[in-house]
Amino acid sequence: MEIPYTVELRRDTGLNNGKIGIWLFLASEVMLFGALFASYILIRTGADSWPRGDTILNVPLATFNTIVLISSSVTMVMAWASLMRHRFGTFRIYMGATILLGCVFLVVKYFEYSHKFHDHLFPSTNNFLALYFTLTGLHMLHVFGGMVVNAYFWGPGAKQWKTNPEWFTNRVEYSGLFWHFVDLVWIFLFPTLYLL
Amino acid sequence: MSDHAAVAGHKSHVAHEAHHHEELGFWRAYVFSTDHKVIGIQYAVTGLLFLLFGFSLMMLMRWQLAYPGAPLPLIGGLFGEARMPGGMMLPEFYNELGAMHGTIMVFLGVVPLAVGGFGNFVLPLQIGAPDMAFPRLNMASYWFFFLGGVTMLLSFFVPGGAAQSGWTSYAPLSIIAGTGQTMWLIGMIFLITSSLLGAINFITTTIQLRAKGLTFMRFPFFVWAQFVTAFLLLLAFPPLEAAGVMQLMDRVAGTSFFLPSGLVVSGQVLQHAGGGNPLLWQHLFWFLAHPEVYVLILPAMGIVAEIIANNTRKPLWGYRSMVYSLVFLGFMSFIVWAHHMFMTGMGTAMAAFFQTTTMIISIPSVVILTALIISLWGGSIRFNTPMLFATAFLPMFGIGGLTGLPLGLNVADIPLHDTYYVIAHFHYVVAPGTIFALFAGIYYWYPKATGRKMNETLGTIHFVGSFVCMNVVFMPMFLVGLAGVSRRLYDGGAAYDFAQPVLHWNVVSSWGAWIMALFQIPFIFNFFWSIRHGEKTADGNPWQATTIEWAAPSPPPHGNFLVEPQAYRGPYEYSVPGAAKDFVPQFEA
Repeated sequence: MEIPYTVELRRDTGLNNGKIGIWLFLASEVMLFGALFASYILIRTGADSWPRGDTILNVPLATFNTIVLISSSVTMVMAWASLMRHRFGTFRIYMGATILLGCVFLVVKYFEYSHKFHDHLFPSTNNFLALYFTLTGLHMLHVFGGMVVNAYFWGPGAKQWKTNPEWFTNRVEYSGLFWHFVDLVWIFLFPTLYLL
Repeated sequence: MSDHAAVAGHKSHVAHEAHHHEELGFWRAYVFSTDHKVIGIQYAVTGLLFLLFGFSLMMLMRWQLAYPGAPLPLIGGLFGEARMPGGMMLPEFYNELGAMHGTIMVFLGVVPLAVGGFGNFVLPLQIGAPDMAFPRLNMASYWFFFLGGVTMLLSFFVPGGAAQSGWTSYAPLSIIAGTGQTMWLIGMIFLITSSLLGAINFITTTIQLRAKGLTFMRFPFFVWAQFVTAFLLLLAFPPLEAAGVMQLMDRVAGTSFFLPSGLVVSGQVLQHAGGGNPLLWQHLFWFLAHPEVYVLILPAMGIVAEIIANNTRKPLWGYRSMVYSLVFLGFMSFIVWAHHMFMTGMGTAMAAFFQTTTMIISIPSVVILTALIISLWGGSIRFNTPMLFATAFLPMFGIGGLTGLPLGLNVADIPLHDTYYVIAHFHYVVAPGTIFALFAGIYYWYPKATGRKMNETLGTIHFVGSFVCMNVVFMPMFLVGLAGVSRRLYDGGAAYDFAQPVLHWNVVSSWGAWIMALFQIPFIFNFFWSIRHGEKTADGNPWQATTIEWAAPSPPPHGNFLVEPQAYRGPYEYSVPGAAKDFVPQFEA
């Protein structure tokens, strides 16, 4: 038994299953981060005083990380585009770069976190830090999740290129959509936490 | 599809099963199956077991409410000195039972059965699909649910016992509570993941895997109900996940998202940063939990609509207005949540907004219910077991819905808030409402899953007993609630003077619940006995139904249909004038 429309498009919807699936997933992710941002607003507006992000957090490091994530989104698109042009070798390079940039992001984040812990700044210290650690922590989990999926397509999952290249290309596209979403969340997080 | 062609010539199901068993071993076929029918049955059976378990917790509580402080006879000693010394229930254990009854019934019983069970089993068949769009995600969805259930069950055995802060887990009580609450949160995160995977699958399947010719306005009402429900699950659960993560942080990492400054616990100021907002939890919780109410009720409406159309042998009255109402209901359910929070001092402007939206959302519910009642008009109704439960759903849900209106109005809510009136109201919606619809669905689709009908006599006994007992349990609670007795009291109000005139109703409710348990025995027996001994369905369409699931053999083989089905007309072409028989199936050219 085969499930129809895994690769080919259904005529009346113009879509295949995976495309709908990933967008639905992203819709639910919007609700997840939407609720977190809403909580941020409620807690901040209810607070007696609120520190400016740049007095506690390291803005240059975060700016660097923003550039890293945006670049990784570009390499992600290039990885998918290479597959569309049937250049598997180029795909491997770009996908590898995407994963590496993800690693760079996490390493920088690790230094930021450990620096805070070293200064005895913990989630329990105040609600600004609580929100900082919770929001960036959840975001990091998303980055890590995206990297695992990308690593799968770079490594063992790439076998599918030989048997069903079209399907494989689609799956890389879905993974890319998720990756861009994670990037977008950071673009909101960065000013909210570090600059405002 | 070549698969289908290869087996299309064979008539017997045995050949199919053999064909199917060659491919998959026991574990892949029955345990880690990706077949939507197996997953549906796994969900349904697990859900039924949890319903029974949640009901048992309630029966224990009912002893304490009817006879406060009296040792529980016979089994009282089994719960240990920590929970029931000398058979007498401790308040902490009572609170555990209460919190877990709610959690289990909603998240592990009704929703898994209504959405995971019926949705998985029936929806792909009704739209003529070979399976769900993402079979492996579907399997993952069940196993996340299973993990969530196991976590919740294990929480009874951690020091301090299971969660005690009600199914709503209001902060700050839930944050200063014992380890059970952490388990509750972890369990909820598993359950939310499960429902997320399920919702994505349902929506994609409905949009993409419809049979040829099956346009949206040809969907059976059940498909529409599941489709809208999936959107509610997809979009309403993530905020609770966010809230769950924050509560977990409050409990584990010492943050203060939900803890205000200067909180005093047992006469001591709590050592924490403070600055948090307990109402934030309530907002995030009810942002999920109000749509969740519709997750509980919409699939039930879908099941009832199918059974009523089938047994009145008439098309549903007002199908289109029902569908539009359903979609509107789904949309509105996202903007009524704060009517659960009138007591928080939100101010008249906010209260006026939420009571207005609440009054508006009652309109589509009334449209659907009215359409279902008018559908009965002038039909020559067949009162088989599914139909008995389905018709009983109408007045029961009606009582539940109408008694909800005073709760939706700010002024009327203030005296009624958190009393037994509220308990009676939503139990009328969910217990004799939704659960009756689920029973109806089990009796109705049982022949689809097994090829045999359940026994009608046992079914009738199950129905009559449950119907009478349900009302004996819940009707008195309206009176107790109107007298002002709070729902959270460990002694059922015995310590209060004002409650004395209504206390005897507690005894009536309790006996109603225990006797109702006895009337579930014929159902349990029937459920297992009929697998082998039920009346066989000769042509695979025992109810002479029109919808596409009956185009597949009963039980359907792996891949469902022998020939790819096609929809030629709307779902309820019963008693068409001039037709040779009183039903014209959707799938027959």
